[in-house]
Amino acid sequence: MAMPRPRIGVVTYPGSQDDRDALWALAALDAEAVPVWHEKRDLSRLDAVVLPGGFSYGDYLRCGAIARFSPATAAVCEFAEAGGLVLGICNGFQILCEAGLLPGALLRNETLRFVCRDARLRVERNLLPFTSRCTAGQLLVIPVKHGDGRYVPPPGLDPAQVVLRYVDNPNGSIDGIAGVCNEAGNVMGLMPHPEHAVDPLLGSDHGALILASLVDSARRHALAAA
Amino acid sequence: MARLDRLTEVAAQSLHRALGLTDWEASRIRELLGREPNHFEIRVFSLLWSEHCGYKHSARLLKRLPSAGKRVLQGPGENAGVLDLGDGTAVAFKVESHNHPSAVEPFQGAATGIGGILRDIIAMGARPVALLDGLWFGEPDFHFWQAVAGIGHYGNCVGVPTVGGQTVFDPAYASNCLVNAMCVGLLDAGRLHSAKASGPGRVVVLYGATTGRDGIGGASVLASAELSEDDADKRPSVQVGDPFTGKKLIEVSLELVESGLVESLQDCGAAGLASSLSEMASAGTGIDVHLDRVPLREDGMEPWEIMISESQERMVAVVRPQMLDAVRDVCRRWELPCTPIGEVTGSGVLRAFHGGATVGEIPAQLLTDECPRYEVEQREEARSVRRLDPPPFEVRDVIEQYDHLVGSRTVRRPGLDAAVLRLRPSLRGLAVSLQGPAPGETNGLRAGVQATLGAARNVACSGGEPIGLTDCLNFGNPEKPEIAHELAQAIEGISIAAEALGIPVVSGNVSLYNDADGVSIPPTPVVGCVGLVTDVRRVPGRWRRGDAVLLAMSPDGSLAAEAALIRFLWKAAPHLSLSHDVGSSGVHGALAEATAWSGGLEADVEIPTEYDSRRGAAILACSPDRVARLGSRGFVRIGEVR
Repeated sequence: MAMPRPRIGVVTYPGSQDDRDALWALAALDAEAVPVWHEKRDLSRLDAVVLPGGFSYGDYLRCGAIARFSPATAAVCEFAEAGGLVLGICNGFQILCEAGLLPGALLRNETLRFVCRDARLRVERNLLPFTSRCTAGQLLVIPVKHGDGRYVPPPGLDPAQVVLRYVDNPNGSIDGIAGVCNEAGNVMGLMPHPEHAVDPLLGSDHGALILASLVDSARRHALAAA
Repeated sequence: MARLDRLTEVAAQSLHRALGLTDWEASRIRELLGREPNHFEIRVFSLLWSEHCGYKHSARLLKRLPSAGKRVLQGPGENAGVLDLGDGTAVAFKVESHNHPSAVEPFQGAATGIGGILRDIIAMGARPVALLDGLWFGEPDFHFWQAVAGIGHYGNCVGVPTVGGQTVFDPAYASNCLVNAMCVGLLDAGRLHSAKASGPGRVVVLYGATTGRDGIGGASVLASAELSEDDADKRPSVQVGDPFTGKKLIEVSLELVESGLVESLQDCGAAGLASSLSEMASAGTGIDVHLDRVPLREDGMEPWEIMISESQERMVAVVRPQMLDAVRDVCRRWELPCTPIGEVTGSGVLRAFHGGATVGEIPAQLLTDECPRYEVEQREEARSVRRLDPPPFEVRDVIEQYDHLVGSRTVRRPGLDAAVLRLRPSLRGLAVSLQGPAPGETNGLRAGVQATLGAARNVACSGGEPIGLTDCLNFGNPEKPEIAHELAQAIEGISIAAEALGIPVVSGNVSLYNDADGVSIPPTPVVGCVGLVTDVRRVPGRWRRGDAVLLAMSPDGSLAAEAALIRFLWKAAPHLSLSHDVGSSGVHGALAEATAWSGGLEADVEIPTEYDSRRGAAILACSPDRVARLGSRGFVRIGEVR
């Protein structure tokens, strides 16, 4: 029997930019990648949701501050509270923090400048739906590109929620934190862009480990639901 | 010059002079109209007949540029040039300047420069896939970094990667910086859009941002006059960019084009509606525009202000009446205002109405075709040769402030010669570069040749066969005979180099009056080149331990030899681990750059005595067993990677 292709939604806010790349990368990893318009409230037929990079509603105020009030974000919150898998990349991470689905906040880079370069990351937790294809301690090369990526955790953040750490911190994140998950482990956010690292021709395919882990987990959800 | 004399009351001065029109031009307008123009009309003429819109001093010279070729789908004269790439795809590209706005206010000046060139590409119905920037500044000071931040602010927020360009520091640009921006877009070859209006009865729709008083007279006040000490007064002439609206404008425009809802698109840039409507109407049709229907962002705007406002992030579309509801739906979905503001007529006249009254009535061709094109007086005057001492500067600090990855096409990233973008889903690619003359060059002809060959050599080093060029001519005041001579010579230089390469110049822009306090900038033609890569898997990257290091040189300084070198470079590229143009930093500088690009891996080399720094050259590397595949001519082996 053929394995089912899990349905993974990618939310498009009017200022999203990496939504197309995320759709393309997920489709290349054998998911059915489904565009989700920001006004949509119903995510019930999806096995996972990705919030992509970009500038959701311009982000002239504070990154993600407006997006947390959008209909799709409200639906993502309900989806996550019901145990659904949610991955936020860059602006998606910022939105998940603003919406309270993830702890902490993302502030202006320490250099006060936008930074676009390959970042080396260490996998701190590999037993998550987003990192199951990685090994603990594995080094990944995945690009970052952001102006507001300095992660500041809340006091007393459980170290078990830190999923990825920078080896060479590009933005001044506290303790080099590059990606975190919620306590339940079904919501994750990261500043690096795995969707830009799924093809060695484009520099690296380490991002495919993260997205393929998500596809695996979403497929299990699809099988359980069938 | 476009300046009011402050000691004389405005009412006592002739308006046309204050608007930058000469007495002769004012009488010519009277003659063409057969009557006295009203205030609204003289404002519109002053903008359309400015150097920026009408190419008054450069149009005759620009005819020299070769613009024909078998790939050319659209040559000069539209918003951008378009070349056929085969496989049903085409590439639209153009370079444009935003020098004076950036000199007055670097952040917004540079940001809106990006917005403007993006809209030129969108108007052709193409999706922008790459931006490149040429920056000429006095030094890496606050002003410079503000311009870099402005480019990032716009480019990073609209989802188009910034993949290259050039940065030059030279005190000659301290008071008049240059900010040139190039955009490259992709479209279906069969879906080329022209900016002309067709068929009476079609509706003229304005969509995008609302209209305000920002950028009133920008094209004439800023772009067509010299800079001077009281430029702070001109800050209101600089527009303010809103990249979020710019991003929505891109998506709406492409959705309209892809679903076949519009007949034509036109960017609303310099000179605002006045320029876009007269362009659309100049093909023999006419346009009636109702200015009181334009959504405004401030109260009490005069009709002429609405007509010439340069508020950013606006486009004009010509739509069949039955498509209007569908167009409105697309705009509503992206939350952009969309307003029918007029109709296409068969009158050939651009008529403007406000509050039921006719406020202006001008045959459209008088604004475009009848714009005076002067034969400029030329006189050769050699400038003193200058030796530059560039400040220490890390180009990576600029590159890293731009998103160069969005779109997932960037196979070869910026930092060395040309970036390469994959034409997904095929394995073909586009190599793109933007180059000016060697820093310190003062001769117009040499500057034109250097910029053209440099841009093509960069593309060839990245494995691209050069297929087309775009040029931005940054010069001083063309009413000075010695500057007119430099301009003409640079155009000649670009032309002879393009002819040697056998490729056309399909688009471009002229930026004149780059003078500050009476001193003109050195001749600065900037050339963008697009090249076709057959297989992006075989683009040269970094050299490896044990690789042979070669130096490819043009055997003599002739243009034929330079073109042969470029042909050799793109043909050899698939066999090479690294290929790098020896630019203005010389062969030692190029070796240091190749070392840095290759992660610090050094090479032992000996520079041959026949090396001549005045000729084109490139550093190559490949595994020693592959050297024989490159043939036996055109290069010498100079060492090995340690």
